[in-house]
Amino acid sequence: MSDHLEDYRPIVGSQVIDELLLLADRVRHRRLQHINSTSVGGGVAEILTRMVPLLRDLGIDTTWDVIKGNQDFFAVTKAFHNALHGGEEHITEEMFQVFRDTTAMNLADLNTYGDVVIVHDPQPAGLIAKKRDVGGRWIWRCHIDVSTPDPRVWGFLQDHVAQYDASIFSMPDFAQQLAIPQYMVPPSIDPLGDKNRDIPDAEVRAVVERYGMDPERPILTQISRFDRLKDPLGVMQAYRLVRRRHDCQLLLAGGGATDDPEGEEVLREVREAAGDDPDIHILELPPFSDLDINALVRGSTVVMQKSLKEGFGLTVTEALWKRKPVIGGAVGGIRSQLLNGVTGFLVHSPEGAANRAVELLGNPKLRDALGDAGHDHVKENFLTTRHIRDYLLLMLAMEHGDMDLSLLTARPA
Amino acid sequence: MTNQESFIFDTEFHLVVVTGIKARTLPELRTELARISESSVFLHTHQEYLAHDFQPTARYNDFARWVSETLREEPLAEKLAAIDLLAFTSIAKLRDALLRTIDTYLDNLDRPGYQCRPEEAFHFCRSRSFVLPTGLVADDVGDFFKKVPSISHASLHFHFFEARLRLGRQTNDFSRWLTDRGRPDLASAIDGLNPYVRTLDELRRDIVQLGAQT
Repeated sequence: MSDHLEDYRPIVGSQVIDELLLLADRVRHRRLQHINSTSVGGGVAEILTRMVPLLRDLGIDTTWDVIKGNQDFFAVTKAFHNALHGGEEHITEEMFQVFRDTTAMNLADLNTYGDVVIVHDPQPAGLIAKKRDVGGRWIWRCHIDVSTPDPRVWGFLQDHVAQYDASIFSMPDFAQQLAIPQYMVPPSIDPLGDKNRDIPDAEVRAVVERYGMDPERPILTQISRFDRLKDPLGVMQAYRLVRRRHDCQLLLAGGGATDDPEGEEVLREVREAAGDDPDIHILELPPFSDLDINALVRGSTVVMQKSLKEGFGLTVTEALWKRKPVIGGAVGGIRSQLLNGVTGFLVHSPEGAANRAVELLGNPKLRDALGDAGHDHVKENFLTTRHIRDYLLLMLAMEHGDMDLSLLTARPA
Repeated sequence: MTNQESFIFDTEFHLVVVTGIKARTLPELRTELARISESSVFLHTHQEYLAHDFQPTARYNDFARWVSETLREEPLAEKLAAIDLLAFTSIAKLRDALLRTIDTYLDNLDRPGYQCRPEEAFHFCRSRSFVLPTGLVADDVGDFFKKVPSISHASLHFHFFEARLRLGRQTNDFSRWLTDRGRPDLASAIDGLNPYVRTLDELRRDIVQLGAQT
């Protein structure tokens, strides 16, 4: 793991680093504040953990604050999350009130001080009310798939979102009818983080064995929070179909996020569905298991991310970076990562996933070809360095109005 | 850039802005294409050339790819992909050519067109660009060809694609400057390199080779 941008030069190339330095010159000494709802678990916290030190290394005065909320609040925001993803949720007026009350508490307790404030996801969205007092440019960063949101929940959220200066979505499909500019910025992974850095084969093998799997036999893997929208039961169904044609083991591994109280229930369902099959391995990984996750993915033969809804699917990015063939649900950001048949396979059902898995298990050359193309795709589009570049550009964009083309030919002040 | 002794290498950064405008049928694509911004037309016809080349022989612009993969109107996709981008020095004319191609196809379509699922819609985006000097400067023609190997894809893209079409400079920046420096032969040779059939690496290599031949 590195907090120094220079360490990324051998991985992403000098041009990328030099361009970041060039851009940072234009926004150096500005204050950038990130605000989200959890410091541990989930993709947003992971991205910020890696990105904040690197932004500081570039001379951007960057801070990261986390809102407070009790279990009731996170149960409400989880229900909102599901409803925004298009799931059926019973949303009551009391739930909106819990959201308002927690927002009011955080408005009182949390200091904001950025020249640019980036607020991540719905949970802290109400903090925009502070803008009147503290000023600055405020951006709402949406990490979730809101292409078919529950209109009532989106309507509630939109009242807040409309007050921001700009919004960011991971895919064009998620954009909404908003009067503020909507930028498209896909998320990213850190190639030097413990979850993604290179590790020796012996270490990979040792981890696979430590978790009770046989490294000599094929392993199908899905690494994901235990969440219905990740369809772990669909993956299990696919595995059972694959087993009719091909020997393999199934690994379902995931950790919990502090803002996801539904996980335990889903985990129970998954364990029950697994029954006593000794080749199904269900792992509940504690936070800070990044190195183990890294090894488990590297030790896998085929990686699945059979989500039914997905904001982006960083687990797909992580597997592609490790040159693994990936089978993903044809939803959300997975579609921009898996160019079907080129960098992976997109599927719509457990049967489709099983067919592709059988194909891949029987064809090592195809696995290698998809893995290599996937790695290149991630290198170009989904690494931390690209994400930092986009945030620096957003800071510039906030200062230069909404012109299509800004010729910044003068030297920076 | 030109009319000056030195060549200043600029580079360009893009942010993609989602317009919220989308199309699910060919007539919808045609209607929106006629009124979206020039920035959007440029983005959807040119972002392919900055992207990684997985299939260098089958380069489709965004419109052609959507028409092929989603609407399954392959003959139209081929025609849209075959529009010679090098023939245009303004986006307005490029847009007209795209529209004419779609109109002709629609006129001859003897069956109802396909309406794709909402999640397959074409989303119009536009690019928000920032052009900055890289700090790299060539003092003379010899120095220019020494510096070209070290310029980035983004810089090459800007001086070759953007300068010509989006900024309406008629030719690429390199050729303009070389003409001003009294080297119309090199200017013409570089202008003759079709950037739409080369990867950016190949384009840069070919420019360097032209310099080495002098």
